[in-house]
Amino acid sequence: MDDILLELNGLTKAYPGVIANDDVSVSIRRGEIHALLGENGAGKSTLVKMIYGLVKPDAGGMRLAGNTFAPQDPRSARDAGVAMVFQHFSLFNALTVAENIALGMENPPKPRDLAARILDVSQSYGLPLNPDRTVGTLSAGERQRVEIIRCLLQDPRLLIMDEPTSVLTPQEVDILFTTLRQLKSEGTSILYISHKLEEIRTLCDTATILRGGKKVGTCTPADTTARELAEMMVGASFAAPKGTQAKLGAAVLEVTGLSLPAMDAFGSMLHDITFSVRTGEVMGIGGVAGNGQDELLMALSGEHTSKPGSVLLSGEDLSAKGPQYRRAQGLLSGPEERLGHAAVPDMSLIENAALTGAYRKQIVQAGFLNWHRARRFAEDIIQAFDVRTPGPGVAARALSGGNLQKFVVGREILMEPKVLIINQPTWGVDAAAAASIRQALLDLAARGAAIVVISQDLDELIEISDTFAALTAGRLSDVQKMQGLDLDQIGLMLGGAHDLDAAHA
Amino acid sequence: MDLSSINPVLLIASIMLSATPILLAAIGEMVVEKSGVLNLGVEGMMITGAVVGFAIAVNTGSPGLGFVAAAMASAVLSLSFGILTQVLLANQVATGLGLTLVGLGLSALIGTPYVGLKSPSVPKVEIPLLSDIPVLGPMLFSHDLMVYFSLFLVAAVWAVLKFTRIGLILRAVGESHDAAHALGYKVVRVRMAAIFFGGACAGLGGAYLGLARVLQWTEGMTAGAGWIALAIVVFASWRPWRVLIGAYLFGGVSVLQLNLQAADVAVPVALLSMSPYLITILVLIIISARGAHGAPASLGRIFHASG
Repeated sequence: MDDILLELNGLTKAYPGVIANDDVSVSIRRGEIHALLGENGAGKSTLVKMIYGLVKPDAGGMRLAGNTFAPQDPRSARDAGVAMVFQHFSLFNALTVAENIALGMENPPKPRDLAARILDVSQSYGLPLNPDRTVGTLSAGERQRVEIIRCLLQDPRLLIMDEPTSVLTPQEVDILFTTLRQLKSEGTSILYISHKLEEIRTLCDTATILRGGKKVGTCTPADTTARELAEMMVGASFAAPKGTQAKLGAAVLEVTGLSLPAMDAFGSMLHDITFSVRTGEVMGIGGVAGNGQDELLMALSGEHTSKPGSVLLSGEDLSAKGPQYRRAQGLLSGPEERLGHAAVPDMSLIENAALTGAYRKQIVQAGFLNWHRARRFAEDIIQAFDVRTPGPGVAARALSGGNLQKFVVGREILMEPKVLIINQPTWGVDAAAAASIRQALLDLAARGAAIVVISQDLDELIEISDTFAALTAGRLSDVQKMQGLDLDQIGLMLGGAHDLDAAHA
Repeated sequence: MDLSSINPVLLIASIMLSATPILLAAIGEMVVEKSGVLNLGVEGMMITGAVVGFAIAVNTGSPGLGFVAAAMASAVLSLSFGILTQVLLANQVATGLGLTLVGLGLSALIGTPYVGLKSPSVPKVEIPLLSDIPVLGPMLFSHDLMVYFSLFLVAAVWAVLKFTRIGLILRAVGESHDAAHALGYKVVRVRMAAIFFGGACAGLGGAYLGLARVLQWTEGMTAGAGWIALAIVVFASWRPWRVLIGAYLFGGVSVLQLNLQAADVAVPVALLSMSPYLITILVLIIISARGAHGAPASLGRIFHASG
């Protein structure tokens, strides 16, 4: 068994109330790209954290290149040649690229030598990066390069990548895949975590599928259809959302020349955004987060007011009105950040339901709260959107990400908005729940609402949108019909090709 | 009004003297905040340092031992803050305010027998050659050791934060504790060390008040110096050299306004008395109005390692 790099034998890890990994055994060969596939909560992250030394297994063991491998902490895992590219939480915005990379190394060289090595590695793998830039000013794709280069500088034997493509444009994905294949040809093994089936089928040699903490199968993804993979992953078949061809009516939300300054040091401003949405229409706005997505949502929800005439709902100028008035008029919104923006973490679901449903659901009357109505509204949401919770009195914080997402999206949908603006409706939600959220959005459109979906997930936008526009660096591209657009065209729109001339001028 | 009674040489020398306690406390607190912890107990740690330093110096006759004891006492006191906020995850603002109250009460209790006593004075160190320069010599180069030490400390903190790995890790922990934890750095340990350092610095600052400036113990003698140190850290945008500017500005205006009062300048005394606070904050606001403010992103947030 010379060509096995890492062998996991019967790894088990339990947390109070849940078994995250139950007797999982996986073998990763040298120079192979091995996919780890599963829903949210299937135990992928826990398994990877054990390999990277962040979590210690309760039972079972690991062997790396034939030797017993039991890392006490990430440092010893790195010493053994295991490197990891995280999905979140591992870069420091206020520090430079070189400082960030130095923090991930055991014995960083002198700053000048390090900068030279960063440039060297970034050129040989086709990942251009300036070591002196502050990370907070980089795009998502560039930030990921920082993480990858940080790993490559340590000549890893095993590179773990946690959902690397979730924030990349199609072109950036191509660059990443080229880099990964080059690494593979040099003999580095890659453990690739994802729930995107198509990319696993094109990139990976072997796939291990986890469900509910258990390994349910190993296969060669190229020989397996996406449907088979999905069914192994979910354990049942599920239906793709279907739109009932709604009649598109008159324009209900009209945005004209909307501009907004940046909200914080690393945010971006909105420049002269113009679009309109008709009743029954789903408009998709693509683009990587941090390009004005949050700002656009806030300008439309009323958290930030804008110049007169820039936001019209059925002809009424709402640009100077706040969120409560806009909600009362039927312009509803669901922000991306679930805990802290869409919901108050330490308040119960009843209270959270009352917060946005206060007026549209007549929960507030003459200044008094009708808790009975609030509870009934919360119960309706829980039932209609299959929110898994012991009851409506539970704090929002206690729900899993996917369940809370179903709750906050469901809450807005049940208020029967005229226009619904929603940012990242299925971020971090498992495939089955994502499908039901998308179906609910399509049903809402079929009932005559206009919907604007802001998302980084292109597959999602392609699936549900009638029209598409890209938001890059605070500018919105021309709005195109989704039918007839292919991935390359979308990629060019996301790359900001629509304003190349402006950038050069 | 008689401005000629103000001797510029003495003025500058006493500015350095009066700025030193605040400078010591502020540079310590800056390090604490750079690690992402907001310790509002500076005032309490300063006054504890003041009373312990005074008591030890009186009993042993050695101001040097007094300073060492003051630093240790305040550092140990700050560890109680560290354990409460870093291990038991208590709210940092409430715990810091509590620390100030504890320090004020504790110092009054310890200090009772020492009211009215006089401390041994801190010897001046005349730097050879430099202190012989006319005007500049007595102005800048014939102070006690703590004045030079405080300036050295600012330079050391600046260099450590900018050029060393320890400094980089400290900044990283203050910037994003989750990311630092994911990379395997000991967030709680780094923060405890920073809190300990901040406590020691505040203790030195407090002791300097009793042993070098006032030369006696009075209850509540820090009189808000700890709060000014906290404000200076914020308005200095967490940069060591700006902390120095802020502390010297405050010390400078405090001394100058006393001299102006003595010289019978025709400005209401109330205005003169508030001028150090007003001018320091105004100047630092103007400095920090340009560009990024640079607050550590995790400042005051509770870190809980999960998974």
